[in-house]
Amino acid sequence: MSVASTDNAISTGRITRAFIYLMLILFATFYLLPFGIMVLNSVKPLSEITGGNMMSLPQVFTLEPWFKAWNSAQIGVEPTGLKPYFWNSLKMVFPAVTISTVLGALNGYVLTKWRFKGDTILFGLMLFACFIPFQIVLIPMARVLGFLGIAGSTPGLVLVHVVYGLGFTTLYFRNYYQVFPTELIRAAQIDGAGFFRIFWRIMLPSSGPIIVVSVIWQFTNIWNDFLFGASFADLDSQPMTVALNNLVSSSTGVKEYNVHFAGAILAALPTLLVYIVAGRYFVRGLMAGSVKG
Amino acid sequence: MVDQTNSSVAMAADYAMPTAVKPDLRTRLQNLIPKLVLSPSLALILVFVYGFIIFSVYLSFTGSRILPVYDWVGLENYEKLFRLRHWSIAIKNLGIFAGLYIAICTAIGLSLAIFLDQKIRGEGFLRPIFLYPMALSFIVTGTAWKWFLDPGIGLEHTMHLWGWESFEFNWIKDRNFAIYTVVIAAVWQTSGFVMAMFLAGLRGIDNEILKAAQIDGASNWNMYRRIIIPQLRPAFLSAFVILSHLAIKSYDLVVALTGGGPGRATEVPATFMYSYTFTRNQMGIGASSAVIMLMTIAAIMVPYLYAELREKK
Repeated sequence: MSVASTDNAISTGRITRAFIYLMLILFATFYLLPFGIMVLNSVKPLSEITGGNMMSLPQVFTLEPWFKAWNSAQIGVEPTGLKPYFWNSLKMVFPAVTISTVLGALNGYVLTKWRFKGDTILFGLMLFACFIPFQIVLIPMARVLGFLGIAGSTPGLVLVHVVYGLGFTTLYFRNYYQVFPTELIRAAQIDGAGFFRIFWRIMLPSSGPIIVVSVIWQFTNIWNDFLFGASFADLDSQPMTVALNNLVSSSTGVKEYNVHFAGAILAALPTLLVYIVAGRYFVRGLMAGSVKG
Repeated sequence: MVDQTNSSVAMAADYAMPTAVKPDLRTRLQNLIPKLVLSPSLALILVFVYGFIIFSVYLSFTGSRILPVYDWVGLENYEKLFRLRHWSIAIKNLGIFAGLYIAICTAIGLSLAIFLDQKIRGEGFLRPIFLYPMALSFIVTGTAWKWFLDPGIGLEHTMHLWGWESFEFNWIKDRNFAIYTVVIAAVWQTSGFVMAMFLAGLRGIDNEILKAAQIDGASNWNMYRRIIIPQLRPAFLSAFVILSHLAIKSYDLVVALTGGGPGRATEVPATFMYSYTFTRNQMGIGASSAVIMLMTIAAIMVPYLYAELREKK
């Protein structure tokens, strides 16, 4: 989304502009408020939250809630903090993102440069798979994971995320490769290059932007997934989102809001970080998700 | 089916060697590789998506309870389903939620996009602020809003401390209004993304037309109403499709924000399916509710995808 060259031709008066700025600032406040206040209150002692004002700055600054959320908070029955679940999520996210992106790249390459009869129908089938409500696959998936012996394990979750991410990664790479000059590939072929050589030497070196998009998209979606984690994971593989929900909604004892907030921010950090580092690509990735191309 | 600019390379290879009567083994192998490469993904999708859909549809016609059984009971589960009060609450809630969510996200998204498109200073600063909620998990969003809306310590409490004693905002605890808090949190999460879609659409509009209209003396209001917004049709359509499918699938946010409560006041089909299948051991009914969800999404997605893929012919 370049800004400079595409400014529109509409000019606005002074009062209109003031109104526009006011609205923009109001909305910026709306988007910042809940999360910002969460950050603010995660560094307050609990007494300041229950007894005080959520908008006020901390009188006593403490990182204790953060350490507690990470190390020692009660999650389910164990006082382990979120740390093991954070690693569970990472162990699940990396293979799942890698595999689904590689497969998506190969699929996109085949579907645009090695077309065959019926390929659009196959692509349509893969694309529709992106949009199914996952409730329709929960029951058989639970059984098949059990049958494969990977129920409740990280490999099981990786499989699930690869399968249901494939449609999107294929879509991204297909749309991207569609505008890639086919003549180049034809020329390489006449020179004797085969399928994988063309992919490795010609397609991949120019796929940087779309790989970033696919990785960011998959990372965000898989990291943020709750339904599959809640359905198919056991204690050794539970992802961060499920652990966070257990922490926040546990009904025993005093509600330690500051610890909950620190935990929620910890769960949000990886995706926020990815978003801050590569935000522009993230937007583009989301745009590509609207099945255009 | 074959795009003119994208004619298959396999065919191109044949043209390049018109003298070869029958392709040798190597060429035939080369022609097979693409299909071999595609086949694992295709097999996964066919089994894990379409195979599973067929399995779930079949289950919805059986008397399965805690485990799948394969006795055919016809439409009994569907009849039971539509007689259940929980299901009618879930459907009604989904109607309210999806309707408001789609309408408000579209309105906010379009307005913000139009505002940001007025050569705004600090656009690069504002855009990430509008968009970052999209990077968060719905569980995080739910946690933040659950507390922010809690009358005991959140917004209401703060307003009281600030001296606005009569301020009341306890929707999250109110059976009749709790579903609207789900709308608020969901709008917060996705409206920035809708803004990005509309902004991309706005930036794609040809300035020459606008300049011509301006010279003809069209007012800003008329330019937007007559020229610009009609040209955003594809963005409207994409936004509608994405928002409606998010709405029907929404599960995490409800779990994190209200847990389906107070009581069962914010039950939606996704939470209904989960609780009937896995905690109430009514798998047949759970499966039938999943089938209804799938059919609703298919009714929106299939025509859309069909049109999208046909266009590229």
